[in-house]
Amino acid sequence: MIIRSSNQVPRATLLKRFPLPRGFGVGAESRIERGRNWPAPYGAKRIKTFEIYRYDPDTRRNPHIDRFEVDLDDCGPMVLDALIWIKDKVDSTLTFRRSCREGVCGSCAMNIDGTNWLACTRFISDTATLASIYPLANMQIVKDLVADLTHVYAQYEMIEPWLQSKTPEPEKERLQSADERRKLDGYYECILCFCCTSGCPSHWWNGDRFLGPAALLQAWRWLTDSRDEAKGERLDNLEDPFRLYRCHTILNCTRTCPKGLNPGKAIAQIKREMIARRR
Amino acid sequence: MSNSSVQRNRPQSPNIQIYRPQLTSVLSIANRISGVAVSFAALGLVAWLIAAAAGPRSYAAVQNTLSSAIGQVVLFAMTFAFFFHLCAGIRHLAWDAGYGFELRTIYASGWLVVVASVLLTVVTWVAALLMRA
Repeated sequence: MIIRSSNQVPRATLLKRFPLPRGFGVGAESRIERGRNWPAPYGAKRIKTFEIYRYDPDTRRNPHIDRFEVDLDDCGPMVLDALIWIKDKVDSTLTFRRSCREGVCGSCAMNIDGTNWLACTRFISDTATLASIYPLANMQIVKDLVADLTHVYAQYEMIEPWLQSKTPEPEKERLQSADERRKLDGYYECILCFCCTSGCPSHWWNGDRFLGPAALLQAWRWLTDSRDEAKGERLDNLEDPFRLYRCHTILNCTRTCPKGLNPGKAIAQIKREMIARRR
Repeated sequence: MSNSSVQRNRPQSPNIQIYRPQLTSVLSIANRISGVAVSFAALGLVAWLIAAAAGPRSYAAVQNTLSSAIGQVVLFAMTFAFFFHLCAGIRHLAWDAGYGFELRTIYASGWLVVVASVLLTVVTWVAALLMRA
């Protein structure tokens, strides 16, 4: 089927995961074990089962998968509502980030049924019969579904996401025409949830040096901003075999962006700028 | 502060072990795998040409191997790898020129690559089998 926008959930599933052993390339402390089952409360009619990744840094245990049965009649429609219901009614140690509950803050980004998305904008009815909830892929885990974003934030900082200009400051605003402002559409709306970066296989293998789609989308946002005057320096910063050029147009980023943005396209535009200035 | 949390490394969340294979990632890795396969096929082609140049006995030996069941399967797989890598490569060229980044176009071109490579493989083999004297 043709996916028209990233919020489309696939109707059929040929392969749930790549045919690799579950412990493939996994360090000893990351190996996932079986956890416990948490049954639904007595009298619940519509029950949905969630498999949720758990990890407690205060114990010596490895991460494990707990199964929670959720009473859908007692719970809101979104996956985040289910997580809050579980924390409220079943296991209060379940830990996850959340804030706006409307898909604008990026806190609740996690891996639901194998793809990265925001828990607050994913309908429970759009998840598999046995929904699996993991933290964002390939991240160091602080606790349960909370990922350590220090490294990806540092990569974002590396592209210098602020206005840089040498001309003296104008008295009022820096003027920008409507067409120039339109160039920022599709890039300024990024909420830095890192669903894209965490879903990029190239970032999985080279994440220490490859900046990833989130940082590169923002790099393009500043490159294409007419008010910014540091275009040359910004492009110089990307002249490196790893920072930009580990992108092989896999396009998992565009497929998974919960805001419908297009990091793949932004990166392609950066690559073309890099070539254009050599002429 | 508990001693255990300070001493241990943080676990890493699973990546390829649980991430859903989507058309985007599957076609990308298939392009890479078919590229490796086509490289080996190129070596095989050179070996075949050397065998042909070395005389009728060595040529007959190579033809016998290729005509066996396993040889035909390998040839079919290599044909598919070649056509898939060709079609996926053209898709990449379009991306390099800046075309086809909207999600709908990514998926449409992706399925087109799959269908086109299957069709080209089947047509080539049907034509080859029909041409057998």
